[in-house]
Amino acid sequence: MPTVSVGRDRLFAALGISYTQEEFEDLCFSFGIELDDVTTEKAIISKEKHLEEEKPTAEDEIIYKIEVPANRYDLLCLEGLAQALRIFSGQEKIPRYTVAKISKESMHKMHVKKETSLIRPFVVCAVLRGITFDEASYNSFIDLQDKLHQNICRKRTLVAIGTHDLDTLQGPFTYEALPPQEINFVPLKQVKNFRADELMEFYKSDLKLKKFLHIIENSSVFPVIYDRNRTVLSLPPIINGAHSAITLKTKNVFIECTATDLTKAKIVLNTMVTTFATYCEKKFEVEPVEVISFDGSSSVYPDLSEYNMEVPLSYITGSIGVPLEVDEDKISVCLYLQPEVTFFTHVMLWRMLQLLMDIIIFLRELSSLKPLPLNQLSDLIRSEIAMSGFTEVLTWILCSKKENFEMLNRKDDKSTAVIIGNPRSSDFEVVRTSLMPGMLKTVGHNKDHPKPIKIYEVGDVVLLDEKKDVGASNHRLLAALYCGANSGFELIHSLVDRTMEVMGAPFVSSPDKSGYYIEVSDEPEFLLGRQAKIIYKGRRIGIFGIVHPEVLNNFDIPDPCSFLELNIEYFFIHS
Amino acid sequence: MAEDAILGYLAAAEEIPDSGQFASQHGLQHSEVVNVIKSLHGFRYIDAQDIKRESWVLTDEGKKYAAEGSPEVQLFLAVPQEGSISKDELQKKLQPSVFKIGCSQAGKNKWVDMGKQVSRKVQHVEDKVKDLLIRVQNGEEIGKDDVHSLKARKLIVAQTWKGYSVRKGPNYAPKRKKVATDLTRENLQRGDWKELEFKEYNFNAKGPPSESGHLHPLLKVKQQFKNIFVQMGFEEMPTNNFVESSFWNFDALFQPQQHPARDSHDTFFLEAPSTTRELPEDYVELVKRVHESGGYGSRGYMYDWKREEANKNLLRTHTTAVSTRMLYALAKQPFAPKRYFSIDRVFRNESVDRTHLAEFHQIEGLVCDRGLNLGDLIGVLDDFFSRLGMSKLRFKPAYNPYTEPSMEIFSYHEGLKKWVEIGNSGMFRPEMLLPMGFPEDVRVIAWGLSLERPTMILYGIDNIRDLFGHKVDLSLIKRNPICRIGLN
Repeated sequence: MPTVSVGRDRLFAALGISYTQEEFEDLCFSFGIELDDVTTEKAIISKEKHLEEEKPTAEDEIIYKIEVPANRYDLLCLEGLAQALRIFSGQEKIPRYTVAKISKESMHKMHVKKETSLIRPFVVCAVLRGITFDEASYNSFIDLQDKLHQNICRKRTLVAIGTHDLDTLQGPFTYEALPPQEINFVPLKQVKNFRADELMEFYKSDLKLKKFLHIIENSSVFPVIYDRNRTVLSLPPIINGAHSAITLKTKNVFIECTATDLTKAKIVLNTMVTTFATYCEKKFEVEPVEVISFDGSSSVYPDLSEYNMEVPLSYITGSIGVPLEVDEDKISVCLYLQPEVTFFTHVMLWRMLQLLMDIIIFLRELSSLKPLPLNQLSDLIRSEIAMSGFTEVLTWILCSKKENFEMLNRKDDKSTAVIIGNPRSSDFEVVRTSLMPGMLKTVGHNKDHPKPIKIYEVGDVVLLDEKKDVGASNHRLLAALYCGANSGFELIHSLVDRTMEVMGAPFVSSPDKSGYYIEVSDEPEFLLGRQAKIIYKGRRIGIFGIVHPEVLNNFDIPDPCSFLELNIEYFFIHS
Repeated sequence: MAEDAILGYLAAAEEIPDSGQFASQHGLQHSEVVNVIKSLHGFRYIDAQDIKRESWVLTDEGKKYAAEGSPEVQLFLAVPQEGSISKDELQKKLQPSVFKIGCSQAGKNKWVDMGKQVSRKVQHVEDKVKDLLIRVQNGEEIGKDDVHSLKARKLIVAQTWKGYSVRKGPNYAPKRKKVATDLTRENLQRGDWKELEFKEYNFNAKGPPSESGHLHPLLKVKQQFKNIFVQMGFEEMPTNNFVESSFWNFDALFQPQQHPARDSHDTFFLEAPSTTRELPEDYVELVKRVHESGGYGSRGYMYDWKREEANKNLLRTHTTAVSTRMLYALAKQPFAPKRYFSIDRVFRNESVDRTHLAEFHQIEGLVCDRGLNLGDLIGVLDDFFSRLGMSKLRFKPAYNPYTEPSMEIFSYHEGLKKWVEIGNSGMFRPEMLLPMGFPEDVRVIAWGLSLERPTMILYGIDNIRDLFGHKVDLSLIKRNPICRIGLN
């Protein structure tokens, strides 16, 4: 969830109420946001620099860090947060935002060229007229763009915002896509003219911007916005031009959002203009811009039109279980900002929760229940093995390729294991195909534990499986291990017999299929001559043996070990 | 025998000053005497004080010379009384070591003339070294200078002798009473158990470690959670499928394809098997439509839904992927209400730290029925958590992509004296349920939490790696008490 940092005093000023911290926390909780941390600018800086924290003095501005839900883009800055809380606590009505009524001729125009569809096909624009910034609101305006870029804009891949001082520009504007060599301009915070391809090279060493370069880097054309004098407004989604940079003195702001997702672009534009229209000469009024496509079609943005949805009251009351009088105003909050929102606004939800806290609801009578056989059997076997004196361990499903194959003297034949495509470290390269590496790692990490060590695990491995829709299936295995001054091979052998005994399988001789018998095996992870397969009803269900000394060495185990592994799912196969 | 001798001697005498002397006087082995002293001391029949003495013993080389004579004398005797012998000839007559040491010592003593030819300088010598060695061997005292020279030639070494001086102890008796440490079959057969006096048992020490098996702490807690679900009438879902497609993990839950959870930073995508082989096509079409343009009263997310994204395989990020499959199957049949639960492994491509692992266990419960409402959800949560001993709950309105309304669940922790988030809950969105084919009035309420977090709070563990994985200390598993969640 995103976190927004706001100055406490400025927030309380905007709310018109000075809360105690406890009161404010309660307000947050009931509204569905959370006061995450109370800190100061100084503390944040010293934390970043890993310095000793100084005691805050009275002059230090207190900063509230507030966690907001991932879908509430409108709460990502002080202005939006304050307004939402004022509405929630009934201090203010929901504002009606309007689009200024101006004629099509006097409207600013954005012409979209066909080539933009190759790289970033959409653009939406709007103008904030007669805005007055102070330092705090100016910073908030910049911060909001950052927050939106991080969240809904998915690090500028879906949408990128550009804001410009309109008085330095002359419409009409064009949104084009040109070969990088043909684009030349002075970017923001630079004094020198750059060619777009050189600029990309230049930004490779820029910590903030280099992570956005990949979005257009490999395209033959770069998106770019010009005014009528071929002044570059921006090279989205990388950087704006220096020429039209906004300042504290800017009066008229031109906002453009270029995008690969038109819906998200509209949400972002609406969030920007509705949040900051409060600073405009005509509060809550936004000047529209006409966007004209290469195919002649035209749209006017921002689209602040309200839309109606027919919702039966019974749907709402039925969902919450309490009769409710509907206050229309509150239901319509933010509907034009987010497609995700349904009708349960936080206001209503909180009221219902208060009502319902004390209500005990009786459950319907029990349906006929049956336990899940595999899990039930696993639990029964787990108890039996513990009763035989073994200690249960629980190891990770993920491991490295080396642990799963090479360190067990096995070769990866590429036809058994599920391979992770994007592991963060080598510890998570592969889904285990055996419980053996986890068990051996456990012994390797418990060198100081008194011997003998007797451990077991019942858990799932995953094998590639053509018969499954996703191409892989789980298998429930039992593994047990003995480690001591001697190998304990006989002890593991007796555990095999005990396990088969509790499963009601008689000991028979090969090739009798009515029970189980043991047959010499030849697997690389075990010592030759001291390893055997367990054959049950004619199927190989497991193996046990003395772990090969090379394998022990690979896992840094100085003492001999015997190991058993068997698939308990075979106990469900009848015949 | 030694015991009788010691106890008997002390009946008359005040003290045995030296156990070594005592042993030789009474013709006993000193080692036997020592063992008896230790045992009698243990029962406090006697008090024993350590005594130590330094003595000299012969080295192997010293023993050899004590028997065969010193090398210098051997060499001297090999030189003829008259005339001389060539050095080579002399060397052949003696062992190499004897020759080498003999030459240097006999030369130093000026007994022989050492040249190409060797001849005697004196006619008679005494083997003083041999005599000294024999005296040391017999335990006789020798002079300080002699000790030095023998030590320098590494013929003798010092040895510490340990013994005891013994006096009567507080429990002294001329004859030891038989004390038993245990009751044996023989005692019963002989019937002498009536006379048995038991050695005092040390109840200040713990008994020897028991040789039992042990269940894993996390799985003990899991079992209790399972029991609670079963008591509440919930049925377990089969969750033994770690590999899942993005479709069942995300798309079917109305989680948009640009959602951050679908980033490679959060989810393990697979190289093999990289994509799913099949999806239910009719249903896929409905899911695509609800994402793109909504329906069922929803406006959808209004974006181009891509099949390739849905096909991508992953390690499930939540067990809700299984719930989705279960609900889809349920919707295909004539409607019947269901209560389901699962507790199993889920995977997140997160960096590992004290509280996060790349895999953990998710506990999930859901109820599917006609006309369920938020009141039912709160009722079920109240029941579930009060069985865990958490009866003070409050709920925070929250946002989840696939539930609306959603509530985070907080519980007041008496130990920490604060509200702690313990889980998440909500009602599945109609955009998820209706494309499955459920009747319109069917609602699903669900909640989830991790198994690790309550277990860590329960057992006071603050690093998740101490609880789960191969680095866990086996002693911790063995020491861990039973899980009494739900027994209060």
